[in-house]
Amino acid sequence: MISAGEASSLRRRFRVRRVLGALLAAGVMLLLAHSAAMAGDAPSTPSASFDGAIEVSDHDLVRILTLRDYNTRVVVLGTALLGLAAGTVGVFMLLRKRALLGDALSHATLPGIGIAFIVMARSGGNGKWLPGLLLGAAISGAIGVAGVLLIRRWTRLKEDAALGVVLSVFFGLGVAILGVIQKMDTGNAAGLSSFIYGKTASMLAADTWLIAGAAGVVAVGCLLLFKEFGLLCFDLEFAGAQGWPTLLLDTLMLTLVILVTVIGLQAVGLILMIALLVIPPAAARFWTQRLSQMVLISAGIGAASGFVGSVVSATQPNLPAGAIIVLAASACFLISLTFGRARGVVFQFIERVRLERKTRCQHLLRAVFEWVEEGRGNGGVGATESKIPFSGLVRQRSWSRHRLDRIIVRAERDGLIERVGDTHVRLTSAGWDEARRVVRNHRLWELYLITHADIAPSHVDRDADELEHVLGQTMVRKLEGLLAEQAAATVPPSPHALA
Amino acid sequence: MHWTSLDTSIVIVAALGAMACALLGSFLLLRRMSMMGDAISHAVLPGLVAAFLISGSRSAMAMLIGAAVVGILTAAFTQWVHQLGKVEESASMGVVFTALFAVGLVMIVRFADSVDLDPECVLYGAIELTPLDTVTLLGKPVARSAVVLAAVLLLDVAFVLAFYKELRISSFDPALATTLGIHARLMHYVLMTLVAMTTVACFESIGSILVIAMLIVPPAAAHLLTDRYGVLLLLSTLLGAASAGLGHLGAIWAPTWWGFEDTNTAGMMAVAAGLLFAAAVLFSPRHGIISRALQRLRLTLRITIEDVLGLLYRVEEQGLIIRPGAAIELLRRTTGSGWLGRLAMAELRRRRCIATMADGLRLTGAGRRAAASLIRSHRLWEAYTARHVALPTDHLHHSAERAEHFISRPMREALAGDLDGVRTDPQGRTIPNGGTALDPTKAGA
Repeated sequence: MISAGEASSLRRRFRVRRVLGALLAAGVMLLLAHSAAMAGDAPSTPSASFDGAIEVSDHDLVRILTLRDYNTRVVVLGTALLGLAAGTVGVFMLLRKRALLGDALSHATLPGIGIAFIVMARSGGNGKWLPGLLLGAAISGAIGVAGVLLIRRWTRLKEDAALGVVLSVFFGLGVAILGVIQKMDTGNAAGLSSFIYGKTASMLAADTWLIAGAAGVVAVGCLLLFKEFGLLCFDLEFAGAQGWPTLLLDTLMLTLVILVTVIGLQAVGLILMIALLVIPPAAARFWTQRLSQMVLISAGIGAASGFVGSVVSATQPNLPAGAIIVLAASACFLISLTFGRARGVVFQFIERVRLERKTRCQHLLRAVFEWVEEGRGNGGVGATESKIPFSGLVRQRSWSRHRLDRIIVRAERDGLIERVGDTHVRLTSAGWDEARRVVRNHRLWELYLITHADIAPSHVDRDADELEHVLGQTMVRKLEGLLAEQAAATVPPSPHALA
Repeated sequence: MHWTSLDTSIVIVAALGAMACALLGSFLLLRRMSMMGDAISHAVLPGLVAAFLISGSRSAMAMLIGAAVVGILTAAFTQWVHQLGKVEESASMGVVFTALFAVGLVMIVRFADSVDLDPECVLYGAIELTPLDTVTLLGKPVARSAVVLAAVLLLDVAFVLAFYKELRISSFDPALATTLGIHARLMHYVLMTLVAMTTVACFESIGSILVIAMLIVPPAAAHLLTDRYGVLLLLSTLLGAASAGLGHLGAIWAPTWWGFEDTNTAGMMAVAAGLLFAAAVLFSPRHGIISRALQRLRLTLRITIEDVLGLLYRVEEQGLIIRPGAAIELLRRTTGSGWLGRLAMAELRRRRCIATMADGLRLTGAGRRAAASLIRSHRLWEAYTARHVALPTDHLHHSAERAEHFISRPMREALAGDLDGVRTDPQGRTIPNGGTALDPTKAGA
């Protein structure tokens, strides 16, 4: 036991470690961004479009991969950091079953951008002053998110309709406002559409700085509130009952999402932003069952997609960076879906095949055991040496002859069974032990169902058929405890007539 | 503001498209797949580019086929990712449509020389230009897109009418549909195909923003207004058409209030749909926020009125008299608000159930009868729960205090029948005789 004082000092130490980790993460972000913007070559033409470099030789490829080029460095680091930040908060959104909230949110920023532009242009300032536009985007994004949550709470509409209504109405309003701006004579609004399509290739050092700052805030926020966010995702009611301010925490989580989205929008565009919030977490889910690992993997996938996508689009002409980043993330998703260790399709398939094999082998053993027990073998009741004809087994389990052959071959390989001539089999001594165990589990479960679950003896066989393969040691001990009298024998007699 | 025949033509085109989208959107809403409209309308992009590359032209037929193929693929991929990977459905939708959209974008840029597709045009549509592109029908010039959209709308309506019953059952209960021999999954994919085709047919003229808005918003508003399937379809279609008209009006009119020129029609149509939706949220007779608040207020007032009657009855029972101020203070302590008590008392005076005498409040004859039947409900319930539910005596009052307001006359007599011969409640107070008492609900209303 740990005393109360020790526990509180432990807790304090954990908190200190968390804060230190958060500060470290923030430092790394800032360092990366700093090296992106400052060190190395001076920017020759910082505002030049990335797509401009069309001729790419091997030498250029090396230059791009080693980030020696100023523009490349800005774009690659910016997208990688954005992927990292979006992948991190995206995990909580996915687990909170709000994967598409990012969709509604990013569409809902548009009217705010338009209104901010109009207000700034009318008041005589520069309409495209970035902090103002971002503030407008954040405010209307927050209103949109609040709208989704309120529609869900106050009306009978479900999540999907609430998201869809907010998304389309806000975006429509945004387009209408942009339409107004286009006919204004105060200034041109040419840059505003970059919030919809993004301008990945022509990102500036300032954009990367901004992204690095946002990524730092997100990393710090998620590290400091890791436990609380996790609690919110898995059991909101429990968190509330424990006295956590769930509404405040939820708002904080959404604020981080809004921050990332708004910063990322003008860098990579609407659709890409949604993809970065959804795809890396969904991919990470295939690899692990642990939240902390999932966050790390998701952030890694996001950063990797940003990195690979922007590098690939830099080496080839006519490849839009935003789309390539999404495709890189999708490729990660496909790979995870297929080969993921925890939930991947291949892994699950292998697991299933393995279980099926084990099941069939155990069914074979039980069939042989019951055959001998009935005294149908030529050695009399319980004779361990008796041979069993194939035909009998085929009848007993309604297997095809071909399938039986395959099961026997596999059981032979495991040393459980041996052939006697062409038509008979016999259990080895290891086979007898295993068969006794399986039959015992089967009958224990049957007895349990009959005595404790009130199921008719004629109905228990099929149910026990499925469970006998997965009964663990502790479960068997428990059953033995419950069925002390009947389970006294090494193998209890079958409670129903054998087929 | 000048409304010309051009404007009429624009509204007709938009209304046709809006109706087609809203009709299909109702089924998406019922299946909780509204976001599928959003997903499909983004995801069809690669289908459009592929159709363009293969057919070499922007012919409507090729585009429709391309869109239908990719629409089905989107639905199928979403389903596969959802089932194979056990990914939540909305997340799998998000993965699939963003990936397909990215493929489309890459294709557009890669084949920029040979593909004449402008993502901006697909996004915003060019509804203002539709009246200029006309074909001759029955000797009159008609906007070409009006003809296309009318055909799409007819196709959708025909589909809905032909499979009215099947769509209804498979939307509400796919499992039941399957047991009835209806191929629920086939219905699903046919519906998705139609959504994709309708979406694309509308893209060119009214733009994807309006398509998504019309697929989602009018059905959502209609769902707040009715509980009937047929009415939902009709209402959602009508709301779609209304948003088109109001939206265009708003586009050429609303900006002038702030001294701007007119604006994008498609965007304002989405906004108009949003306003209609907001109106439905607030004022829907059954599900609206305001009407529900009113209902709740009415119920609270009825309960407070009955509490006042009960209070006065108990005071009189003990031979005491209470002053109005003290009664309000007591009510404020139990209900938490003074104005509710005052309102209840004013209402009771208006109904001539209570009267203020020189020494305090008194029940009138009618008021005493109403109060007696309420107290009878209360004490019968206490006696009943004491007999049948093993509760300590001091726990009975709380449940009776809630139940008394909802015990009808037949139930009261049933309780009395069950408690045959019992004349007092568990605390020993007399249960008033029900013979002459008025039903408090009738006396109140």
